[in-house]
Amino acid sequence: MSEYTFAYLDEQTKRMIRRALLKAVAIPGYQVPFASREMPMPYGWGTGGVQVTAACLVPDDVLKVIDQGADDTTNAVSIRKFFQRTAGVATTEATAVATIIQTRHRIPETPLTDGQILVYQVPIPEPLRFLEPRETETRKMHALQDYGLMHVKLYEDIARHGEIATAYAYPVAVEGRYVMDPSPIPKFDNPKLSDSPALQLFGAGREQRIYALPPYTRVVSLDFEDYPFAPTKAAQNCALCGASESYLDEVIIDDAGGRMYVCSDTDYCATRRGLGHRGAEG
Amino acid sequence: MYVAVKGGERAIENAHAFLADERRGDRSVADLSVAQIREQLALAVNRVMAEGSLYDPDLAALAIKQARGDLIEAIFLIRAYRTTLPRFGATEPVDTGAMDCIRRISATFKDAPGGQVLGPTFDYTHRLLDFKLMAERDTPPAPDAEPQAEAMPHIMEFLNKDGLIEAEAHSNSQPSDLTRVPLELPASRALRLQSLARGDEGFLLGLAYSTQRGYARNHAFVGELRIGTCSIAMEVPELGFSVEIGEVTLTECETVNQFKGSKTEPAQFTRGYGLVFGQTERKAISMALVDRALRWRELGEEDAGAPTQDEEFVLSHCDNIQATGFLEHIKLPHYVDFQSELELVRRLRAGASAARSEALE
Amino acid sequence: MTQVVQAEAGDLSIFAKKKYPLLQVKGLTKRYGARIGCADVSFELWPGEVMGIVGESGSGKSTLLSCLAGHLAPDAGAVIFETGAGPRDTVTMPEAERRMLGRTDWAFVHQNPRDGLRMGVSAGGNVGERLMAVGARNYGTIRTAALDWMARVEIAADRVDDRPAAFSGGMQQRLQIARNLVTGPRLVFMDEPTGGLDVSVQARLLDLLRGLVRRMGLSAIIVTHDLAVVRLLADRLMVMKSGLVVESGLTDQVLDDPQHVYTQLLVSSVLQV
Repeated sequence: MSEYTFAYLDEQTKRMIRRALLKAVAIPGYQVPFASREMPMPYGWGTGGVQVTAACLVPDDVLKVIDQGADDTTNAVSIRKFFQRTAGVATTEATAVATIIQTRHRIPETPLTDGQILVYQVPIPEPLRFLEPRETETRKMHALQDYGLMHVKLYEDIARHGEIATAYAYPVAVEGRYVMDPSPIPKFDNPKLSDSPALQLFGAGREQRIYALPPYTRVVSLDFEDYPFAPTKAAQNCALCGASESYLDEVIIDDAGGRMYVCSDTDYCATRRGLGHRGAEG
Repeated sequence: MYVAVKGGERAIENAHAFLADERRGDRSVADLSVAQIREQLALAVNRVMAEGSLYDPDLAALAIKQARGDLIEAIFLIRAYRTTLPRFGATEPVDTGAMDCIRRISATFKDAPGGQVLGPTFDYTHRLLDFKLMAERDTPPAPDAEPQAEAMPHIMEFLNKDGLIEAEAHSNSQPSDLTRVPLELPASRALRLQSLARGDEGFLLGLAYSTQRGYARNHAFVGELRIGTCSIAMEVPELGFSVEIGEVTLTECETVNQFKGSKTEPAQFTRGYGLVFGQTERKAISMALVDRALRWRELGEEDAGAPTQDEEFVLSHCDNIQATGFLEHIKLPHYVDFQSELELVRRLRAGASAARSEALE
Repeated sequence: MTQVVQAEAGDLSIFAKKKYPLLQVKGLTKRYGARIGCADVSFELWPGEVMGIVGESGSGKSTLLSCLAGHLAPDAGAVIFETGAGPRDTVTMPEAERRMLGRTDWAFVHQNPRDGLRMGVSAGGNVGERLMAVGARNYGTIRTAALDWMARVEIAADRVDDRPAAFSGGMQQRLQIARNLVTGPRLVFMDEPTGGLDVSVQARLLDLLRGLVRRMGLSAIIVTHDLAVVRLLADRLMVMKSGLVVESGLTDQVLDDPQHVYTQLLVSSVLQV
């Protein structure tokens, strides 16, 4: 792959993305437009995250890539391979060892630390999109902090279902200013967004937007005083490692509809099992 | 005991090997050369160059071969490759009036200086399958004629001289570059045209057709359609003057549309414009119709609420690489999101049935 | 809800103490190319006052209202609103502030309730939106306020979770009024609030509006072609023709003793009915 530069993107493009990242860090939660490039993977498959990662990577970085919390899902494998090939950086599955973690739909269970960067792949960066399809109008709503409609949606949920019926991509307010889409992470992960020592970067390639949460940013999930936000997960423990506090995937194991629950964060689960923890099936 | 699914890497490698094998197909049939595709599937090559935004017939042919004939996939390959190319600068504006035309027709004038030239067109062919192509190896060459000496000025300019058609606003300002600067709305016409020029042919065809059927109808005629080669010149900073660096085949369509005017303002026809790489006639005409429909505001027309008048709608959805990527991404694992919704739906169902049994008691 | 309670006490003396008009309009002009929308309109509106603007369609009254409410940018003139923090020209104020006014101190009742309601949102959500836009974050309180306002506009409480699409035209219009008044706006713009309704429905709505205006001491500007509406609701009246104000004064005075030929024509044409 010597015909491509380090981490695929040319230096000019990386500089352009870094400028957008700096702006994003300076205005937490604000969506910065950037001239997203066509990448050798489809839009919607992590092109935003890949461009952000490419712009942040340096040769001595250690990269971890997860999709649905797992290191071994096909798209995570594909993106990790892409950077192994184009940047030659070291890769890892261990959250604690990684310097950059690119993720789709999860925040690792292992608490992140100072100096780490978490890069989210974002399909639709606009939290107001499904209330107001027009970009021209939503940008205005953000500029004017005109967020009444967002709460109308939550109100309607409670009126119809008795609770806020949003399970993932649950909207948050950043430092009391911008309403932000945290990408389609389960709302279980929302509390980890706030006050994190790590730098959190969000890239939406197709929609040409970058946004960020600098370390220790206050992030609040939108709710009502009498219907407070509650992170939820399956009630079970992990069948393999016995964890009760980690987010679980439900797996159908036989024709009779038998199910088991296992950690969605494969590294977290393997680490626990390495330490001797066992679940019912482990 | 349950074992989590591993081996994603090997699965991907095997799938790709399978794909490569299927692409080649039956080995007893000769391998298709890139040159064959370039020469004999030229219109497919043209579409890939146009929507891939890269004028290179060999690479477009390669992409078609690699993509097993899936043109959107081929366009995607070209776009991804294009991203990695260094950019040396911009050419001088192309003079399409000086085009060396292989085809040039007007629907609005029976004849004009330079004449009507049919060129290599499917028009007036009877769409009957030619079974000889299945058997015969060669097609006899077409009769030759002397190259036409007469110039072919733009037909719209004749209308323009009489003030019968709106004059294009002249500007020397540098248009923004869609591929370098994020699209912000509302967009200038230059940006809209850039976006349409690389937009999906099928999408633009559907939109253009809808305007003809009355969704923001604006009575389009093809004022002129021309296909041919134009020379490309570029100013080389070290030299201080521009030099010809090559030529490209282009299709240009100018439409004459619904006139505007009032008691005080003299009536004038309006224009739509399409310009596309290669011989891409359907796309160029579609582009001109969509361009015209998008101009309703500057021309003081009513917002009929038609999709083709909606700049944000058209520009946000005309790129097939964006569209197909996002469409197909729903194949990717979403089980974390699905799990969270599964739990929510179970909880809501439990709540509803508890409420129902309470009501029954 | 304190604002509403306060206003409802109907103690008009608190307004009398104010030195400034609530709204001062100076030389407001809007052209559409060569055609005049409205020209050189000036007037003052005092707290607790209801101003009616009448004229035929095309007289410029709707253009004037749109300019006043900030939906259209006038070509010339000033619309000075007495905000809590002093008088401000709303024509030149930044859009952010104007939008803030639009969801706090100002309200706008459209002729067609579909323009003023969110048809995909329940009645309760429609009424609650303005409260949430200004920071209400207690579901129970918002719902109580929504139910309270639905009762005031005579919509049954069990319709609170229904969408307005399932409502009759008169109910939709009453819901729109509730949605606008829930935050106790200081100035309400109404564009033909009874237009497009059956006569019997109109009467009920007018009656309701009159009750609200009197009890809340609302300040309002009402555009209508229906003289019955202004007779019932408006303290003062402006008559518009071809974009110009041709006559203005106390409602009864103008209607009982019209001076301008055009006003005389308007009044006589109604009396014949």
